[in-house]
Amino acid sequence: MSSEVLKKELATKTEELNAQVKQNISQVLSGDSHTLNFGPQHPSAHGVLRVVMELEGEVIKRATPHIGLLHRGTEKLLEHKAYHKGLPYFDRLDYASPMSEEHAYVLATEKLLRVDVPDRAKWIRVLFAEITRILNHLLNVTAMGLDCGAMTPALWAYEERERLMEFYEGVSGARFHANYFRHGGVAKDLPAGMEDKIGKWVQHFPKIVDDIEGLLTNNRIWKQRTVGIGVCTTEEALSWGFSGPCLRASGVPWDLRRSQPYDNYNKVEFQVPVARQGDSYDRYLIRIIEMRESAKIIEQCLNKMQPGAIKVENEKISPPKRKDMKHSMEALINHFKLYSGGFHVPAGTTYTAVESPKGEFGVYLVADGGTKPYRCKIRPTGFSHLQALGELSHRHMLADMVAIIGSMDLVFGEVDR
Amino acid sequence: MGFIDRTARSFLLSELLTGLGITLRYFFKPKATINYPYEKSPLSPRFRGEHALRRYANGEERCIACKLCEATCPAEAITIESESRNDGSRRTTRYDIDMTKCIYCGLCQEACPVDAIVQGPNYEFATETREELMYNKQKLLSNGDQWESALALRLEQDAPYR
Repeated sequence: MSSEVLKKELATKTEELNAQVKQNISQVLSGDSHTLNFGPQHPSAHGVLRVVMELEGEVIKRATPHIGLLHRGTEKLLEHKAYHKGLPYFDRLDYASPMSEEHAYVLATEKLLRVDVPDRAKWIRVLFAEITRILNHLLNVTAMGLDCGAMTPALWAYEERERLMEFYEGVSGARFHANYFRHGGVAKDLPAGMEDKIGKWVQHFPKIVDDIEGLLTNNRIWKQRTVGIGVCTTEEALSWGFSGPCLRASGVPWDLRRSQPYDNYNKVEFQVPVARQGDSYDRYLIRIIEMRESAKIIEQCLNKMQPGAIKVENEKISPPKRKDMKHSMEALINHFKLYSGGFHVPAGTTYTAVESPKGEFGVYLVADGGTKPYRCKIRPTGFSHLQALGELSHRHMLADMVAIIGSMDLVFGEVDR
Repeated sequence: MGFIDRTARSFLLSELLTGLGITLRYFFKPKATINYPYEKSPLSPRFRGEHALRRYANGEERCIACKLCEATCPAEAITIESESRNDGSRRTTRYDIDMTKCIYCGLCQEACPVDAIVQGPNYEFATETREELMYNKQKLLSNGDQWESALALRLEQDAPYR
């Protein structure tokens, strides 16, 4: 064979090979979607969230949240505990806003018991529900900042949270798991000087919000990380069962404190902020405004609060005063019956919801006339927000995931129960 | 006009400089941190810390083994056994608290009719082993002896509210 023919053959062979390699490469490239685990130990997963993400390069194709890593069987536990013994377990559901959860359980039981709580107890509950809201929003807003790279606001917010937890500790004895709201009132009256302390704090608090806003709200990096990220339209928000700040960020003016006021919320004036875009930035803004509104409610509570009873007089439901218990036989008997067996709740069912800092937190309680709930279904707020995670993060970048999770305010004690 | 304003602000990095200004202001503020363990923040008389069993001034244990704390404990962390003494008084022979089960809700001290079991101001009782957190009667009584002055003061301060 002549060299020319050989050359030609060689050329065609190389061409063939080249084409094959090219094809192989293109196959590899088109198949470049990989699955990645986000969490459950990732610090910006806000607890024990595990998201299995299918990625295309850095773009999220599909995100599936896996839950249940913090499941403790709270609902089942409650069926085996007298009503007063179940209360501390509610603190541990949403551990970023303990007293709001207690509030739901207490209100549900009171509805079945048909008791009317004294006015001062209602004011104290509203006061501490709002302190809890600020506590939660401070944590959420600044933790979201932390996830997106802004570290300073978190340090300032923790300073304020420390002050708020001092109030918690001052009234209940615990910084987090308060066990303070009780069926028929609250555990103890505010100690002397507490109202002044809270009053002083609420005067200076708006300045702290100003400072946090000064670092975040107009900051271009913050805006680039959050504006247009995780957009949830009004229809989507409603069909996913959103509530609270997430729903209001999507343009629905819905707040249980306004639409079905409980305790003394009908006696205070406050605005319900609503945004239109439904993105992460809007959810952040709503929380900032809510903190300012909460501060106003706290001020009104302190002004309108009158001295008086802090729990119902009925010794069958709330324990007698210690002085009475030590001197009166009847009070002693009631004390023993309450702490050994608990109180009887008439048969009936109720769904009672409160506007917790995260949204609608509900308790569906079925009582059979005994001292323990027959069934207690908890409607967690974060659960319905988490469902939408896949939808909201679709076609976003990997780094946007943390902004979306942060803005949805997920706490897994509550989601997993 | 709005456009020019926005562009000017954007080019002059106004919001970033404002942020830096705020952080600079905080730089000159007094520190918020404390030098733990040499400094500690104050506790309210209601603080629910480590448990203790108290005694009367004459040295007799307060606990009468009524088992109300055992009955009311949501976490079922308390175990009590009791016996009658020769003088006819009822006292515990065993009083155990599993501190790893305890959820520090404070129901035991609320339930106690004689102020025997209380939750004291101590929160520094971390241990190296799990076994050390299984408190028995001896440990609880020695806690009571150690903290008695603080415990009595706390109860007195909180008495009007209880």
